[in-house]
Amino acid sequence: MADKVEFELVSPEKLLKSQPVDMVVVPGSEGDFGVLAGHSPMISTVRPGVIDVYEGDRVVDRVFVAGGFAEVTEARCTVLAEEAVALTDLDRAAVEKQIKDLSEDLDDSKSDAERAVAEAKLAVARAKLDALSQSSAH
Amino acid sequence: MPNLKDLKNRISSVQSTRKITSAMKMVAASKLRRAQDQAEASGPYAERMGRMLSSLAANVQDSGNGPKLMTGTGADKVHLLVVISSDRGLCGAFNGSIVREAKRQITRLQSEGKTVKLLTVGRKGRDQLKREFASLIVESYEDVGRRRLGFSDADMVATKVLAMFDAGEFDVCSVIFNKFKSAISQIVTVQQLIPFAVATEATEAAGADAKAMYEFEPDEEQILAELLPRNLSIQIYRALLESAASEQGARMTAMDNATRNAGDMINKLTITYNRTRQAYITKELIEIISGAEAL
Repeated sequence: MADKVEFELVSPEKLLKSQPVDMVVVPGSEGDFGVLAGHSPMISTVRPGVIDVYEGDRVVDRVFVAGGFAEVTEARCTVLAEEAVALTDLDRAAVEKQIKDLSEDLDDSKSDAERAVAEAKLAVARAKLDALSQSSAH
Repeated sequence: MPNLKDLKNRISSVQSTRKITSAMKMVAASKLRRAQDQAEASGPYAERMGRMLSSLAANVQDSGNGPKLMTGTGADKVHLLVVISSDRGLCGAFNGSIVREAKRQITRLQSEGKTVKLLTVGRKGRDQLKREFASLIVESYEDVGRRRLGFSDADMVATKVLAMFDAGEFDVCSVIFNKFKSAISQIVTVQQLIPFAVATEATEAAGADAKAMYEFEPDEEQILAELLPRNLSIQIYRALLESAASEQGARMTAMDNATRNAGDMINKLTITYNRTRQAYITKELIEIISGAEAL
């Protein structure tokens, strides 16, 4: 159909999703952007956050991605994700525990490199928690 | 005359060897299938990454100040070789051919007056290279992807390589691995990772449109700076997957041969055993008959 956009979600390990949808909202690093059919071509980095897949006016699918890249053409939206989990599969308690562990790691880290790695992981875990609190508020 | 009991022991020991090799062959076959599936599954990501890279590269090349990962450091003195081998043996010439190619590269580079550093993945490659080039090995990884090879394994190697590159410890980085062609043949491949050669023919073809077409958010350089390290991980991941599939393929073939050889050996031994047994019987008969005749 002409008014649908082909949405692809790819992780390094496999092709996760490939389906025509009405609209996707991608958390770009410079702000969220919605992609409809006929969007002007662009390439953007993606920050850790939630991708919303729309079918009509409803959100049919919410997927958490831990950063990556998005390529948009007129007929297609491809997201290369580093890690992708369906939002319903995230467990609040586990994420909270992860944040706690990572904060400790951050305090323990000795070198700058270690610190940077821990910080990046922590940012992802925090974004997960944000995503969860948002979805429960809905 | 050979002892009958010894022969019998020999036959049963070869028989149990055959059982083991044929079991290993079947295990390798099923692991090979899994490794191949995994290698296939990583295809789409790599392909799309390549497409993005070439359209980005087309834009940045004009400005002339691409990131170092693509343009190189400008020098060509220190080479880092990432050698990917297996942790376990019994897989035919798999590790041997990797090590031979690595040695060839090392000697070639050294004869050109360049410094070589080694980063090994897999126990076998490290052990064999250590004999001659122990001082060149800067880092080695073992048990990579022992249960299931994940992207995080590749990321770990890539992070180390990047850290070394940022510290200016080498100028050029190549990876040596077995590329999977079929269960019977694996091709030793040397692939340059840093500076990364973007597929130019794709750039040529798509270049004109790509340049006009895409908008970038944030700007090209920044995206490229994030994309290139990721691409490095992907290339290493692909190499690891290819190597894993090759290893199982090589092991399957080696074990198939071993099983067949064991079968041949059992046949030969059984014939010898039967002949010997007959000879004993004949000998005993002759003794009895000649004893009776003497009376």
